[in-house]
Amino acid sequence: MSQPPKHLELTQVDIDFPTPNGPFKALQDVNLTFNKGEFVSLIGHSGCGKSTVLNIVAGLYQATKGGCLLDGKEVNEPGPERAVVFQNHSLLPWLTAYENVELAVKQVFGRSKSRAEMREWIEHNLSLVHMDHAMDKRPDEISGGMKQRVGIARALAMEPTVMLMDEPFGALDALTRAHLQDSLMEIQKDLNNTVIMITHDVDEAVLLSDRIVMMTNGPAATVGDILHIDLPRPRDRLALADNPQYNHYRHQVLTFLYEKQRKTEASPEVKQTTAELKVAPDTTQPEPKPEQKVKAA
Amino acid sequence: MSNISINNGLSAFFENPFGHLSRLLKSLLIPLIGLLAFLLIWEIGAKSIHTSLGVFPGPAAVYEQSLNLVDEHNRERDKELAFYERQEKRNAKKLEKTPDAVIKVRPYTGKPTFFDQIGTSLITVMTGFILASMIAIPAGIVIGLNSTLYAAFNPLIQLFKPVSPLAWLPLVTMVVSAVYVSKDPMFAKSFVTSLITVSLCSLWPTLLNTAVGVSGISKDLQNVSQVLRLNWFTHVIKIVLPSAIPMIFTGLRLSLGIAWMVLIAAEMLAQNPGLGKFVWDEFQNGSSSSLGRIMVAVLVIGLIGFLLDRCMLFLQRKVSWDKSAVLR
Repeated sequence: MSQPPKHLELTQVDIDFPTPNGPFKALQDVNLTFNKGEFVSLIGHSGCGKSTVLNIVAGLYQATKGGCLLDGKEVNEPGPERAVVFQNHSLLPWLTAYENVELAVKQVFGRSKSRAEMREWIEHNLSLVHMDHAMDKRPDEISGGMKQRVGIARALAMEPTVMLMDEPFGALDALTRAHLQDSLMEIQKDLNNTVIMITHDVDEAVLLSDRIVMMTNGPAATVGDILHIDLPRPRDRLALADNPQYNHYRHQVLTFLYEKQRKTEASPEVKQTTAELKVAPDTTQPEPKPEQKVKAA
Repeated sequence: MSNISINNGLSAFFENPFGHLSRLLKSLLIPLIGLLAFLLIWEIGAKSIHTSLGVFPGPAAVYEQSLNLVDEHNRERDKELAFYERQEKRNAKKLEKTPDAVIKVRPYTGKPTFFDQIGTSLITVMTGFILASMIAIPAGIVIGLNSTLYAAFNPLIQLFKPVSPLAWLPLVTMVVSAVYVSKDPMFAKSFVTSLITVSLCSLWPTLLNTAVGVSGISKDLQNVSQVLRLNWFTHVIKIVLPSAIPMIFTGLRLSLGIAWMVLIAAEMLAQNPGLGKFVWDEFQNGSSSSLGRIMVAVLVIGLIGFLLDRCMLFLQRKVSWDKSAVLR
């Protein structure tokens, strides 16, 4: 007990899911600590329990053994201080962009902010993600990238201590994704909140993260390796493309995924995982169609 | 600009006249042909059916009877007007003689016309339907949100759903007679009986569809609700209700259709002065025009049922947030 309390800490986390054939151990002995303001990516093959880790931090799942502490308090239920950006935006389709953010803001600041202050705060967050021009549009009237922006604005508007992102850009095309990654880096620099992001994209992980947590394959998945990304910020994707250090990090992640944690050929999931791992050979020219990337991989 | 568009339209027509013509055919001519064929078969078929009340009414006879019904309605209205005029004059005279005389205004007690009966039926069905919806939607939400409650109530719903109104009616009649006792009742007993029967039979589709709609909320939206820590009420209002709206409306439209069908049977037996009673009275009356008049009622019942469904569709379009969905 001599160490200072950590910002966010997962200690010896096991989780079992009940199945008809007895409990299925998804995670075993996961130990992770996160510092304040740190950007951490979780990477690994499909089914390795990345989302499960995120859901435990979010409070949507309860660890069977071990636990999660945020600033010394145990996490055992979901809450707005651990805002989640969901993979498929999860906006309420019957509300406009503004109203979607408003729902979150009213819930968090309903007592502490006046009406005008809330209005200003909603507009501020929407303009952070450059969505102030389409505040009154409903989700079905805007593009996938714009929906994800609103999802991020909604999460930011809760003023979370930790922002949890579950493959936030997975469903977007490469150009839009690059754009949002830049926006995210900018916002995170300004707000300096802790971000935990799940990704399948090696380039995205290296570009955005301070640390990359690489997970072993399930069942009973755990932390395989942690890679510190020591690249100066602000990071520029064009400049980094020729940076040997950057390519070295990329190489390390790829080695982990394809050599150390290669999925056995017998596994029916092999096809799916290789398709999901989008590894572009060259980042300087992001290809507009994600399908092409899949073929390249 | 408009010139150009007109020209475009015209040139498109000249370039492809058959395309336009065939579309016109499909949208107008073909339903018309169907209708004419139906009328022809009806006319021929009706002539060959001889009942104890004469020949089965064909389209012509039904048209004649519908005019009769309108006439009767107008005559009855005139009588009513005349009655009130006479009464007013009488009262005025009375007042002239003795200024402080107590004046009685008696309501007109003529028999209800066909159109009055349509009105009664509409009021009864809407009251019954609204009562059923007010029970079914909240109950459906509660049952849909809780799988244990759903498991508990589902067998009961399945049991009562197929029960015919005619089976309920004797029970409802007896219960209403026993429970609804008052010296100056606000509603007639026959009205209450019909209304409750309608509600009992029509609440199941709404209840079931609401429950299914509510239990089918996407996991993502539930997670959003949890992360935001919405309380139960906000969760229901902001997330559950809007996402279940399409299913609720499917249920409501089925319910209204059933309510209208049940109503006619209920009115026949409960003697509520609506369309059902009209049909029953004409049947008991047994004059040579009875079958024609019943046939008018049949067509009107069909038409009103159709219009009620259109009204619900219109309401659904108003309420639905998903403007891209095709509603029909």
